[in-house]
Amino acid sequence: MTTPVLSIRNLSVEIPTRGGVVKPVDGVSYDIAKGEILGVVGESGAGKSMAGNAVIGLLNPPAHISAGEIWLNGTRIDPLQGEAMRRLRGKEIGMIFQDPLTSLNPLLTIGDQLAETILTHLPVSRSEAEKRAVAALEEVGIPGAAERIDSYPHEFSGGMRQRVVIALALCAEPSLVIADEPTTALDVSVQAQIIALLKRLCRERGTAVMLITHDMGVIAETADRVAVMYAGRLAELGDVRDVLTAPQHPYTHGLMASTPLASLGQRRLHQIPGSMPRLTQMPDGCAFHPRCPQAQDKCRQAPSPDLADGRASCWFPMMAEAAE
Amino acid sequence: MAETSIPLSTKEHDKGRWQRFRESDFFYAFKRSPVAIVSFAVVALLVLAAVFAPLIAPTNPFDPASLNLMNGFTPPMEPNAFTQESFLMGTDDQGRDVFSTILYGMRISLFVGISAVLFAMVLGIVLGLVSGYFGGWTETIIMRIADVQLTFPSILVAMLIFGVAKGFTPVEYRDQMAIWVLILAIGLSDWVQFARVVRGATLVEKSKDYVAAARLIGRSPWAIMIRHILPNAMSPVLVIATISLALAIIAEATLSFLGVGAPPTQPSLGTLIRIGQGFLFSGEWWILFFPACTLLGLALSVNLLGDWLRDALNPRLR
Amino acid sequence: MNAYVSVKALTRIFDVSKPWLNRIIERRQKAFLTAVSEVDFQIEERTTYALVGESGSGKSTIGRMLVGLLRPSDGEVEVEGVNLATETNADKVAEVRSNIQMIFQDPYASLNPRWRVRDIIAEPVAARGGETEGLAERLLQQVGLHASDAGKYPHEFSGGQRQRICIARALASEPKLIVCDEPTSALDVSVQAQVLNLMSDLKDDLGLTYLLITHDLTVVRHMADRIGVLYLGRLVEEADPKVLFETPKHPYTQMLLDAAPRTDGFGREVEPSQGEIPDPINPPSGCAFHPRCPIATDLCRCDRPVQRKIGDTVVACHHAT
Ligand SMILES: Nc1ncnc2c1ncn2[C@@H]1O[C@H](COP(=O)(O)OP(=O)(O)OP(=O)(O)O)[C@@H](O)[C@H]1O
Ligand SMILES: Nc1ncnc2c1ncn2[C@@H]1O[C@H](COP(=O)(O)OP(=O)(O)OP(=O)(O)O)[C@@H](O)[C@H]1O
Ligand code: SF4
Ligand SMILES: [Mg+2]
Ligand SMILES: [Mg+2]
Repeated sequence: MTTPVLSIRNLSVEIPTRGGVVKPVDGVSYDIAKGEILGVVGESGAGKSMAGNAVIGLLNPPAHISAGEIWLNGTRIDPLQGEAMRRLRGKEIGMIFQDPLTSLNPLLTIGDQLAETILTHLPVSRSEAEKRAVAALEEVGIPGAAERIDSYPHEFSGGMRQRVVIALALCAEPSLVIADEPTTALDVSVQAQIIALLKRLCRERGTAVMLITHDMGVIAETADRVAVMYAGRLAELGDVRDVLTAPQHPYTHGLMASTPLASLGQRRLHQIPGSMPRLTQMPDGCAFHPRCPQAQDKCRQAPSPDLADGRASCWFPMMAEAAE
Repeated sequence: MAETSIPLSTKEHDKGRWQRFRESDFFYAFKRSPVAIVSFAVVALLVLAAVFAPLIAPTNPFDPASLNLMNGFTPPMEPNAFTQESFLMGTDDQGRDVFSTILYGMRISLFVGISAVLFAMVLGIVLGLVSGYFGGWTETIIMRIADVQLTFPSILVAMLIFGVAKGFTPVEYRDQMAIWVLILAIGLSDWVQFARVVRGATLVEKSKDYVAAARLIGRSPWAIMIRHILPNAMSPVLVIATISLALAIIAEATLSFLGVGAPPTQPSLGTLIRIGQGFLFSGEWWILFFPACTLLGLALSVNLLGDWLRDALNPRLR
Repeated sequence: MNAYVSVKALTRIFDVSKPWLNRIIERRQKAFLTAVSEVDFQIEERTTYALVGESGSGKSTIGRMLVGLLRPSDGEVEVEGVNLATETNADKVAEVRSNIQMIFQDPYASLNPRWRVRDIIAEPVAARGGETEGLAERLLQQVGLHASDAGKYPHEFSGGQRQRICIARALASEPKLIVCDEPTSALDVSVQAQVLNLMSDLKDDLGLTYLLITHDLTVVRHMADRIGVLYLGRLVEEADPKVLFETPKHPYTQMLLDAAPRTDGFGREVEPSQGEIPDPINPPSGCAFHPRCPIATDLCRCDRPVQRKIGDTVVACHHAT
């Protein structure tokens, strides 16, 4: 078996707070293979971004990795610090965030930013870097790339900016791209363009992608595999089609059932009662048990099982017939 | 539908105000900052001393009956050559106990400082709210006046206002009115920063939907400004008020030192320093030294408290 | 059935000019932005009318004009047969206004953080000097929270719970029409389901009429009785949900439906339409959609299409069939 591009083993992130230590990411493990798109879904606050930021070493103190390992192309990267980590970001890992303005420098032209990034990470001359910058802009579908290269970020619309960010993330030809809600701020029609672009580029280059989003539709259309997170833990991990059509974890099941499309023609939508617990008030046992329709005593006492034993981290996974 | 709600912990809102305060982030930050604790203690001590001056002070320095000219120029902690009386901080030329004059002087200083800041605060809040909420010409006029005033040092503005106001008061009332004129002058020179901060906060809060909700209900602009926007704009106002208090106390002292402030019949710390200054080179250092130290301690600790408050109320810096 | 709300040729133009000094120095003209342009629609009593469209299409502006937070530049809004712009009888206007309430998109910004939930919910009644004893507690229970939550502050609640509080506040003055501006856009799917169910239940129990503003087509399909599609401030298509989703007539509606991601669209490869929404200050001539439209002709570039009826659908397109 080839080594995966990214391999996260038992990753935990802790934040010491006044009310005690909270664990926004708790024992998460997943791999992403070359050319694969892994979707990470979950409710707001489930720890999706926190897990992504841990990979690129962008946790804001006092948040820190408290346990686990992160491997990139067979090298362990979680102990890396400072300069080594910074070089790795950008070169080996590209990043795309929700708000394109935060990833672009408002004072530099698009061309300068692209050329700068290429020069830092690839052994090319200045003029070669500039040529590549134009090519990169053309590739992400910016019309008249040669003229627009001297524009500043604020002269672009939201969708165009996100294209520039994608060009920036991909120009050093990284092996992994982490996209944190890349289309949440965009309109549906622009979102479709951006998603199609991301898919095409990654397929052509064999880039591995971690796509963080809370939109099940985007996941279904884009990802190969999906990781469902709940309260900092991995609830379910598997092939998209399997997880979305025949979920085994009651949470995934509830999530899928509560999309309006799933209840088409019904008067009321399926709903999961209650809300995700706060990190400071985590229940004992399985974190989902207070909202779970099939919780039993075991769920209330023992933490839910490791994913290694199955697809879902649940004592009583819903098997095919139950999900139908 | 009751099944959809999982009760939140009911602990929080059963507690009294005091308990909630004790568990707040604010109090937590306070407990962990030695600077805040010390400066708060100094301010509290000085304010209490000023408030209870008549009870604490050994003599009433403004009661001519209790004065004994023979006691003049007694050095601190030494018995007077004629009367054998001894004074903690010595006496001045007229035999007034310096410790007592400081306590009474601090009353005037604090009264003027606090009143001036309150006056500036109310004026600034009203003008800031109005210009932020209504915008248009009202805003343009108010903010241009503010800009112009900012280009002059505020002590100059205060002196100007003081001079003009004094010109309008009849001579026989001048001494009585001096304190109020002082408050007016310092307050008028200081409203600008309140107005600016409140206007900024108002612009932010105005665009939030809770204000739209209140407008929809038919609340009047004043009700919205006072009941909705103002409470959310108060944190920066409190910080500025504290820092302004230190500045106002110093401004008052400066004016009084220059002889255009509190009259000698109602001396403030600044007046005391002016009086004491005359004896510095003739060896009676204590007449200047103790009032100056008190002024320094008061202004410094109020300022430190304001600085800390700014950090504590700004969640981003924490 | 009669129309509870009737909107006719509603237009709103914003003055987006720079301050006059900048205009003189930079030699610029005054600039105007037409956020809403000649929009007509009617909302039947006890139904849900949905306005969909992408960002900047003027949805919120219409909603705000309906509730009276903004004045229309032109056209009229008639609620209960009272024209809110021209009616001179102030009592009548106040009476109608008190029957209209609004729910906002951002549950964090729409509750005053310094007020207790009890005061927030009772404010619409308290402002009119009504009796508020026990009101908040009763409404909290009605929206699925606890009566004991009345003493808390907004920050103690999650996004979905806050949205319930907003609904409770909207219900306090016993309105007939509630304008919901993206009520679930800030919420997660599972929480969205709770809020949408609550809205449906309340509609049935209290006989409410909704104007639902959203960009989420799946929500619209579930909730709406009638749908209006907006593009650049113009109503381009209006139809019943079933008809709209099965046989969209306007090219823009078709594009929207194609572009929306589907939870069952595994590996779907659509060639997305190109282009973005044009600058509303200088909208394209003729049909505003023509630069992005796959079937546009010269006619579309010159003439603004008028609304036509095709079956039960109203559509503003020269070539729709
Ligand atoms: N400094 C902090 N102190 C305490 N808790 C924190 C801190 N920063 C973040 N958290 C918590 O960490 C959890 C994980 O946050 P994260 O941003 O990863 O969520 P997410 O899944 O990306 O959600 P979203 O969809 O809203 O982006 C949240 O519950 C958040 O409240
Ligand atoms: N107060 C205002 N001043 C100037 N322009 C405005 C104002 N309010 C809205 N606009 C403009 O009017 C247009 C329509 O805005 P509106 O908020 O109604 O859009 P929307 O459909 O609600 O979009 P969104 O989905 O982003 O909420 C936009 O181009 C917006 O920039
Ligand atoms: S009128 Fe013309 S341009 Fe506009 S949508 Fe119809 S076909 Fe397309
Ligand atoms: Mg996130
Ligand atoms: Mg809007």
